[in-house]
Amino acid sequence: MKEFALIFRLKDMAHTKPSPEQLQERMNWLAGIAAQNKLADKGNTLLPAPGSAKTVHPGNIVTDGPYTEIKEFISGYLVIRAENIEEAVEIARGNPIFKQAGGNIEVREVLKRD
Amino acid sequence: MAKDQQLHKELLPHLFRREYAKMTAVLCRHFGLKHIEIAEDLASDTFLKAAENWALNGIPANPEAWLYTVAKNKARDYFKHITVFEKQVQNAIKPNEYQDECDVEFSLQNISDSQLAMIFAVCNPANSAEAQICLALQVLCGFSIEEIAHAFLSRPETIKKRLYRARSNLRNDHFRIQTLSESQLKARLHTVLKTLYLLFNEGYFSATHSQPIRKELCSEALGLTLVLTRNIHTNTPQTNALLALMCFQSSRLDARTNAQGEAVLFEEQDKAMWDKTLIEKGNYYLVEACQGNEISKYHLEAGIAYWHTTPADQNKWQHILDLYNQLIRIEYSPVTALNRIFALAGAEGHEKAIREAETLNLSGNTYYHQLLGYLYTGTDTDKAIAHYRLAMAGIKSEAGKQSLAKETERLIQNKNNAPKA
Repeated sequence: MKEFALIFRLKDMAHTKPSPEQLQERMNWLAGIAAQNKLADKGNTLLPAPGSAKTVHPGNIVTDGPYTEIKEFISGYLVIRAENIEEAVEIARGNPIFKQAGGNIEVREVLKRD
Repeated sequence: MAKDQQLHKELLPHLFRREYAKMTAVLCRHFGLKHIEIAEDLASDTFLKAAENWALNGIPANPEAWLYTVAKNKARDYFKHITVFEKQVQNAIKPNEYQDECDVEFSLQNISDSQLAMIFAVCNPANSAEAQICLALQVLCGFSIEEIAHAFLSRPETIKKRLYRARSNLRNDHFRIQTLSESQLKARLHTVLKTLYLLFNEGYFSATHSQPIRKELCSEALGLTLVLTRNIHTNTPQTNALLALMCFQSSRLDARTNAQGEAVLFEEQDKAMWDKTLIEKGNYYLVEACQGNEISKYHLEAGIAYWHTTPADQNKWQHILDLYNQLIRIEYSPVTALNRIFALAGAEGHEKAIREAETLNLSGNTYYHQLLGYLYTGTDTDKAIAHYRLAMAGIKSEAGKQSLAKETERLIQNKNNAPKA
């Protein structure tokens, strides 16, 4: 088994506050992965709100949030176990983010250092 | 007289079970864990004397007080003997170690403290979970080796060996039973709760079909957990959550089996047989458990058990599914994964549940096939029958096999009677 990080990106701040139904759908998806014993790390949600997000640039420049330069911002990540990248993609495909928020998920194999 | 003898026959084993463990705990706290055998010998001697004396003279008005007085005297005699031995034979190398602690005290407070100390000594991570449960049954609950073997469906010699190893591990451990320091209690509470949880499950899902043994295991686990709630350091939200879980589950013990000893499915249980008092206690401890922000697996399982005992709410399955969604993320187990599918079927329909079940990759699991058999019933009879047959091939319990056979037979009948398309 390999490990893959799923990195979630959203386009719109509004989607960081999901409705109870949307939240339930996300929970079901996540639990479904855990139920296959494929959830390696629950990961975290990364707060994009003002006051919780800054970007540090060279030359001692600090800007608010990630939004000034990129349209999509990372909203969270988690790590799953899968045989190969195809399986990891298949798991990511089931995430409700696509119909809910129009965001995307980046799937990246984790290089494990011992 | 005949009546008295009858009473004698019934009272003594009951008292023995209850008081032996308490007495050993108190004596052990006095002598130290290294000398657990001395404590047990003294306790056994006390009960032997009771058996002889009470048969002749009848049962005293206050049997417990009688037992404690005798135990106290026996302990005093033992100390005297030891002191003489040390003074005269060993020439008092260690001067009068025992003298000023001659009297063992059987006050309520000391009994409860000693029991607590004993629980913490027995639930020792140096032993495997299985060994801890055996030890708990013997030392904390006063079960005989035969009774433990019966509960585990294994041979007395196997249990004896397991206990022997577990006891020597216990003696080598440096856990101090005399003092109950906060840090020691906190460090080991996790293991203690887990052992009590397993002890309860051993009763609730026991391999044995003997209903009295099951009930006794469950009530012993409940009693020991109750002891934990009486000390401020061990009366934590987790402890209360575990206790709530035990209360909710115990409330259905009588309804879970019929007069023939067969398992009764949840939906078919007679709700009038559920123990209301235990359900209310469960509610009480669940509220206690929610002081603070902690959510442990015991909280989630108690929450699930709560929804099972609560009158129908239209969102019941959604609540249960939410709890299972959290539980599976805290701790993966195939059973939790399958139970979650059952809740999913209740909340979002069989079709979705079937799709998720088939991703689980648990085709070697009997309950998996049983669940799929249930989920396919009504939509795809052939598949339902096929899964029930796979389940039957793997199931060990005879009662379980019979109820599956009955259900399969019913499906085949229905299929044959259905009008041909």
